[in-house]
Amino acid sequence: MTPSVASPRAPRLTRPAGDLVIAIEQVTKLYQMGAETIHALRGVSLEIRRNEYLAVMGPSGSGKSTLMNMLGCLDTPTGGRYEFTGRNVKAMGDDELAAIRNREIGFVFQTFNLLPRADALRNVELPLIYAGMPPAERQERARQALADVGLGNRVHHKPNELSGGQRQRVAIARALVNRPSIILADEPTGNLDTQTGVEIMALFEQLYERGNTLIVVTHEEDVARHARRIVRLRDGLIESDEALP
Amino acid sequence: MARLRYEITEACRIALAQIRAHKLRSVLTALGVIIGIVAVTLMGTAIRGMDSAFQSSLAMLGDDILYVQKWPWKDPDDWWNYVNRPPIQPADAKKLNRLFAETPGSQLELAVPLVARSSSIKFGGFQVDSVYIAGTTGDYGQLSTVDFQAGRLFTNTEAETGRPVCVLGADVAKALFPHREPLDQTVLIRDHPFRVIGVLARQGTFLGLFSWDNQALIPLDAFWKYLSSRSRGAELRVKVRDKTHLAEAEDELIGDMRRVRGQLPGERDNFSVNEQQAFKAQLDPVERGIALAGFFITGLALFVGAIGIMNITFVSVKERTKEIGTRKALGARRRTILLQFLIEAVSVALIGGVVGLGLTWIVAVGVRLAMPALPIEFSPALIVIGLVVSAGTGVLAGFAPAWSASRLDPVVALRYE
Repeated sequence: MTPSVASPRAPRLTRPAGDLVIAIEQVTKLYQMGAETIHALRGVSLEIRRNEYLAVMGPSGSGKSTLMNMLGCLDTPTGGRYEFTGRNVKAMGDDELAAIRNREIGFVFQTFNLLPRADALRNVELPLIYAGMPPAERQERARQALADVGLGNRVHHKPNELSGGQRQRVAIARALVNRPSIILADEPTGNLDTQTGVEIMALFEQLYERGNTLIVVTHEEDVARHARRIVRLRDGLIESDEALP
Repeated sequence: MARLRYEITEACRIALAQIRAHKLRSVLTALGVIIGIVAVTLMGTAIRGMDSAFQSSLAMLGDDILYVQKWPWKDPDDWWNYVNRPPIQPADAKKLNRLFAETPGSQLELAVPLVARSSSIKFGGFQVDSVYIAGTTGDYGQLSTVDFQAGRLFTNTEAETGRPVCVLGADVAKALFPHREPLDQTVLIRDHPFRVIGVLARQGTFLGLFSWDNQALIPLDAFWKYLSSRSRGAELRVKVRDKTHLAEAEDELIGDMRRVRGQLPGERDNFSVNEQQAFKAQLDPVERGIALAGFFITGLALFVGAIGIMNITFVSVKERTKEIGTRKALGARRRTILLQFLIEAVSVALIGGVVGLGLTWIVAVGVRLAMPALPIEFSPALIVIGLVVSAGTGVLAGFAPAWSASRLDPVVALRYE
C-alpha cells in the first residue's frame, strides 16, 4: 500500500491519550569530558502517555540527544527519577535495559542503521531473534510488519537495492515488529529528500492513528508540526511543552 | 534456552557472512592457524609414531622376561662398581632352573642362557656383515613368541652336542637366499659351515637402532666351538610365571642368583636383573622431553596464528562498532555480542583447523608411502584433538576483542562513524 500524503494543515484526528508510559522527574545527566563536567540535562520532567505523538525539538547542544538516549533506555540518568511503564529504569542493569529496548522501544535512526548484508526480512527479524521467538513465527511477524509499511513486495531486497525512503520504511518495520510501547525516531527524515520525508511523516501519521505512541526528535519545524505535542529544550532544560491543535 | 539457540544460529550466520564478505582477509588469518595446526598435528603424529615404535620395540623384549646381565640397563654413574663383576656363566641357568623346581610356589619358570657376538655370514657369492649371532639352548623357543617363517628351532639335544645348525633372521635369509629356499642349505659363519634348519618371521627393529631380523641363532656349544671362547660372558633370560607379580619374581630371582653365586649376606649383588619396565622408565623421560619441546616449538606457530585471529577480530569489532550499537539498541545483550564475535573468531580458527588437518593427513599419507620406516601415525583422536585445539585457539584469541565489543556503550557505539 502507498501511504497517503497528509498535509499538516489538513484537519487531524487527535486520539485521547491513555496510560502513563514514561514518567521522568527532575532528570539530570552529567558527562565528564576530561576535567570539565558537562551538564547535558539540568532537571527535566516529562510525562508521556500511551498513544501520544510527541516531537522533541531544540538546537544542537540543547540536550535533546541525551534526552532521547535516556528515553530510549540506551543511557541512564545521573539524577532524578525515570519510570518506564512503572518500572524504575535508573536501577536497571545492562541486560534489563537491553530487554526494555527489545520489547518496549522501537528505534528509527536518521541513518537507518540497517545491516547491509542482510535482506529486508532479516533486518526486520532481528529484534525478534533477540526476543527469542521461533523462526517460523518471527518470519511471519516480520513479513507482516514489512507489509504494514508498504514493502510487502521488497522482502528479499538488500538495503543497497532499496531507495532511501524504502530503507527508512524497513527500519520503521523493524521498530514496529516487536509491538513496542513507544517508537522513538531520531531525525527520521534527516537523510531523505523533501518528498520522501513527507511520505515517511505520512506513514508516522498512520502509525499514530493505529494507536502507536510516537516520539520524534527533530530540529525541523516542518517535521515537528506533524506531532500533537511539541517539547522544546534549551540548555538542558524544557523551554516549552505545548499541545498542537 | 531457545533464545540462546536462536542467538547462536544468528551468530553463526553472521560469522559465515563476514567470512564470505572478507574472503582474502579470512584466508590470510586462517593461514596462521593452518600452519600452526599442521605443525602441531605433524608433531603429534611423529610423537605417536615414536611412542608406538617404542612400545612395539619394548614388546619384543617380552613383558614376562627378566634379564640377568652383568650391566644394568640404566646407565650407572659408578661404572667402576660394575666393571669387575664376574661374567654371567651359562651354567648358572641350569642351577637356577634347579632352584626354581625346588622352590614351592616359585614365580619363576625357566632360565635360558644366551651368548652373542657379531659376525658375518656367507653363502655362495653372498655375504651379510655384522649379523647378531646368538648361541642358546633349545629352551629359547619357550621364552618368546618367536614365529617361524619356515623350519624350526634346534632341540636341546642338538644344542648340547653343538651341532652346526642355525636359524636365520628374516633379513639375513632374504639377503643370502634371494632366489631359493634357505632350508637345508649350508651357510658359513666365520668360515664354519652351518646347516639352516629354520627362518624366523619378520620382527622389525628395536627403536630403529638395530634390526631383530638381522640375527642368527645357533646352539650354545657350537657357538663356543666355532665362534668364541668360554670366558666370554653370557646373559640369562628368565621367564616369569605370572607377569602381574613381576616385582616378587624379580626379588626371588635376585635371591636365587645370589645363592648360585654364593654371595654373602650384606655383599652387593654382583649381577643385574633387568626388565622391560626399567627400560621403559629410561625411555619415558626422553619421550616426554621430546614431546614437550616439540609441542612448545610447534605451539609457537599456533600462538602466532592466534594473534592473527585476535588482531582481525579487533579490526572487525572496530569496523562494525555502529552495527554493534544498532544491535544493542534493538535489544542485543552483552552475551549476544560476545557470542557473535567469539563465534566469528572460532569459525575462522576452525576453518584453519580443518584445512590444517587435511594437509597433515596428506603429508602423513605421503610420508608413509615414501618412507614407511618413519614413524608417522594419523589417528581419529588426532582429528578430535586438532579440532578442539583450533576451536580453543579461536576462543582464546577472540575473547579479548569480543569482550571489548560486548562492553561497548550503546550510545557511543551508535554515534561512531
